[in-house]
Amino acid sequence: MERERDTDTSRRGPDEVVLRVEDLHKRYGREEVLKGVSFEVRRGETKVIVGPSGTGKSTLLRCITRLTEPDRGRIWLGDVEVTGRGVDLNRVRASVGFVFQDFNLFTHLTALDNVRIGLLKVKKLPKDEATEIARKQLEHVGLAHKADAYPAELSGGQQQRVAIARALAMEPKLILFDEPTSALDPELTGEVLDVMVALAKEGMTMVVVSHEIGFARAAADELIFMEGGVIVEQGPPDQLFRQPKYPRTAEFLRKITALYGETG
Amino acid sequence: MDKIELGGLVFDPAWLPKLGQGLVVTLEITGLCIALGIVLGLILAVLRVYGRGPLYWLSSLYVQFFRGTPLLVQLLMVYYGLPSWGIVLSPFVSGVIALGLNTAAYQAEYFRGAIQSIPRGQMLAARSMGMTRAQAIRYVILPQALRLVIPPWSNELILMLKYSSIVYMVTVIDLMGAARTIAARTFRYFEVFILVALIYLALVFLLSWLLRRLEERVRVPGLGMERGAPH
Ligand SMILES: Nc1ncnc2c1ncn2[C@@H]1O[C@H](COP(=O)(O)OP(=O)(O)OP(=O)(O)O)[C@@H](O)[C@H]1O
Ligand SMILES: [Mg+2]
Repeated sequence: MERERDTDTSRRGPDEVVLRVEDLHKRYGREEVLKGVSFEVRRGETKVIVGPSGTGKSTLLRCITRLTEPDRGRIWLGDVEVTGRGVDLNRVRASVGFVFQDFNLFTHLTALDNVRIGLLKVKKLPKDEATEIARKQLEHVGLAHKADAYPAELSGGQQQRVAIARALAMEPKLILFDEPTSALDPELTGEVLDVMVALAKEGMTMVVVSHEIGFARAAADELIFMEGGVIVEQGPPDQLFRQPKYPRTAEFLRKITALYGETG
Repeated sequence: MDKIELGGLVFDPAWLPKLGQGLVVTLEITGLCIALGIVLGLILAVLRVYGRGPLYWLSSLYVQFFRGTPLLVQLLMVYYGLPSWGIVLSPFVSGVIALGLNTAAYQAEYFRGAIQSIPRGQMLAARSMGMTRAQAIRYVILPQALRLVIPPWSNELILMLKYSSIVYMVTVIDLMGAARTIAARTFRYFEVFILVALIYLALVFLLSWLLRRLEERVRVPGLGMERGAPH
């Protein structure tokens, strides 16, 4: 898989835009949750989104593959316009991984079956091929020995790693993470963040909503600070921490640094 | 064989073949109407949870109608009413259809409750990997909902076993019907109905035991369904 991605990069160039979001708007009733959000993610980049609760971070991630229908704005994944007419949404979604705060593993399936089900039912791979890929991805997240365990038999950290393997198995162009460690006990966040840092290093393209400052510093190419439905400021993490343009950014980053500490 | 005397009551082994035939009919009717109820009930439940427009309204109307009118009225409508539209059904088939349509409405409500108790994140995760809604229902939601539904559904099965005796009203000779004929001929009402009650009781015990085994068998390891386990 690594080799495949490398050749891809050389063919399409490292600057290839994987995701482009343009002027995204979303309203729930009278509340405008997203008020014109635009950003781009290039191949191999990791972007970390931070911002206060209720700012629309989860809504933004769900709008990207139209799990939530945006009201206005355009989204491209590579050269496919997700917001375009007649787009095959299930195909789009199959190419974008989604990792949730509360894991959302399918409770009636073993770890192996959780990782395999998308390959079997969505990609329609033959069973032995799907099994092979699923085992490889479980190994990738260090859980080969838990293949036959059910979610309820796994710790939160292990469940989230299975969820990451489930996303990886589909060979996504992009993985979206929505606060992947905030439902975990502090002593379990490390094992999940380690997997994510490794993924970033391997060249996976990721958009991560997370307040884990340590992770942002270690893996993010860019930090995006969102508040009140807009992107207030974005840039390399170091720059945002050292010389933020806006006092709100400085204030918020100080607050989460105090809460989550420097080491994620 | 000789009659058996027990505390002033007289039981005649000659009743047994007829009761046996009635028992077979009772089991057939219960089995068939439950099967019809499962299929129809699942469809209704899925429509009531995920359906929109006319599909939603029609399925809701169906459930309201069959839960809101007496089973006996439904049975008599099928048996005496349908012929006026040119549909003539045998008493047995009328019984199966009326009971099946009725239990479908109740089963639909149990299925619906179970489906709605599956956390929303399950559907979200399934759709996020590119499953269609139908795939998500089939491979993610229903397998979990059906496990949850077994205990309430067991009650419905046991109720139907007992309610199926209502087919006597359209001249089907089930266990209850056989008992009435024997009693009417021998005047041993008390003895015959004690016997019938014991047979129903044994069936209910057997069914409950089978269903508990089924529940145990499909239980997902690690999920808090173990009996007496602290939560
Ligand atoms: N399905 C929905 N229906 C109505 N309102 C919603 C819905 N989903 C989100 N909202 C509202 O939209 C706003 C943004 O929610 P969102 O979950 O995107 O915020 P967030 O930035 O992810 O917050 P958090 O950090 O708490 O996860 C909130 O005010 C929320 O109440
Ligand atoms: Mg959120």
